[in-house]
Amino acid sequence: MAYKIITSQCTGCGACEFECPNAAIAFKRDTFVVNPKLCNECVGHFDLPQCNEVCPVPKTCVPDPAHPAGGDD
Amino acid sequence: MSAPVIPLESLRVSRAKAAPSACGGCGPSAEADSLPPEIWAKVKDHPCYAEGAHAFFARMHVAVAPACNIQCNYCNRKYDCANESRPGVVSERLTPEAAAAKVVAVARAVPELAVVGIAGPGDAVYDWARTKTTFALVRERLPELTLCLSSNGLAMLEHVDDIAELGIGHVTLTINAIDPAIGAQIYPWIFHQHRRWTGEDAARILLARQVAALEALVARDILVKVNSVLIPGVNDQHLPAVNAFVKAKGAFLHNVMPLISAPEHGTAFGLQGVRGPTAQELAAVQDACGGGARLMRHCRQCRADAIGLLGADRPPDFAGEPETADAPFDHQAREDYRCWVEVERADREAAAAEAALATRTVAAPALKIAVCTKGGGRVNQHFGQATELTIVEVDQAGVRRVGHRRIDNHCVGCTGTEAQLDAAIAVLTDVPIVLCAKIGPVPRRALEAAGLIIIEDDTAPYVETAAAQIYRDHLAGRDAATG
Repeated sequence: MAYKIITSQCTGCGACEFECPNAAIAFKRDTFVVNPKLCNECVGHFDLPQCNEVCPVPKTCVPDPAHPAGGDD
Repeated sequence: MSAPVIPLESLRVSRAKAAPSACGGCGPSAEADSLPPEIWAKVKDHPCYAEGAHAFFARMHVAVAPACNIQCNYCNRKYDCANESRPGVVSERLTPEAAAAKVVAVARAVPELAVVGIAGPGDAVYDWARTKTTFALVRERLPELTLCLSSNGLAMLEHVDDIAELGIGHVTLTINAIDPAIGAQIYPWIFHQHRRWTGEDAARILLARQVAALEALVARDILVKVNSVLIPGVNDQHLPAVNAFVKAKGAFLHNVMPLISAPEHGTAFGLQGVRGPTAQELAAVQDACGGGARLMRHCRQCRADAIGLLGADRPPDFAGEPETADAPFDHQAREDYRCWVEVERADREAAAAEAALATRTVAAPALKIAVCTKGGGRVNQHFGQATELTIVEVDQAGVRRVGHRRIDNHCVGCTGTEAQLDAAIAVLTDVPIVLCAKIGPVPRRALEAAGLIIIEDDTAPYVETAAAQIYRDHLAGRDAATG
């Protein structure tokens, strides 16, 4: 499942963009967004999704049910 | 063009007729005498490192570092009030290129500018590439500026060589605890080696990384200031141990700062009702640390985008004139200002020495005085315009600055005059005298009703001169009352 960022809670700090091993996160129209085509929940890179690990606001980087497959699937 | 930070002409009332060509060394200075000459040369123009510099030289922070690798219970970067002054808060985010352009624009308008720092709003070293690029651009365009950096230290060790290479001579590390059990109450988590750590594990890793960074910086002759946030009930008893520890590790300066905490800030401590210390509690902890590392007592806990003299910030949106690539840069105004400061500083030192001589013969207990000043080391501010009061202590040894106390409740625009008065009365319970350039009749009555003595002097005397005079008069008054 790809991750998404809950925009209303995002502080815009960009730590997730810095940590993402897939370069799936970018700053677009005043907020950070995850490209579901590139996000694979960090599988093969790290044990846990880096965006959620580093995000300062709880429950802001979360799995996105709209993109259950994620990655290249 | 905007007016300078403080109108220069209002400061230029030196007793000595200052000629720009009279630029020699500083006169004798207690602060200078206590340091080896090569260290004094590094700190004398840095408003945070040399107490005597903060009256003359301005600093600016550029907010190029939004991301952070730790969470502190006293920090919430989500909310920003333009009138708020606390670390971690910032109104704009800058790219390195935009930040360098802003530095040049501010330097053009503010000849007092001596220091450019990166202090957040996140951690300045975590996303090192942005910070490094910014410093490299500033170094290239205005090589005379002092660069400085403030960080929690977690990610610093790998970049110490870069820091030395960029010529960053001043680094601040925030170390709030050297005991992981206490650290765990301050840091809910850290992000290290691609995972989140919590509890005492987090505090232990953070401390080990901070100590390694401190040692590596000291080994490269970089001056390190350690900041510690005083959190009542958490680390207040612990900070003298932190002070002794960082001194032993070679820290140049230790800055004990009060926790800024209110529920509306949305910080964990604010929501839990952990309060900030009173001015008196802060002074007590600073005094308890007196024997260890040199203590900084004039910290203003700047925003991550602060511009101006300490205690006299420009509006956060101040950006000088828009930069154009081919606009010539006039270094002469900055040179002239520095020369004038050399003379003025020597003059002020002489005035302080005179004041010390004048108090030597007076046998009275130490006296604290709250002073309204907007720079230059002079009594030159209207009480109604003061957002903070400089506290000086006078005794037979002379006049010393022992701190400053904010009277704006950290949010000038949100409170009125009454709140300012209440704040002033609350922070002055141990200070009997207020010294200002002028004061309105309403605040004067309110302060006098609270038992304070108000002294007005609109001739902009040096703080030391005026304080010594008050000390002698105060004693004369006492003698008259008892005799």
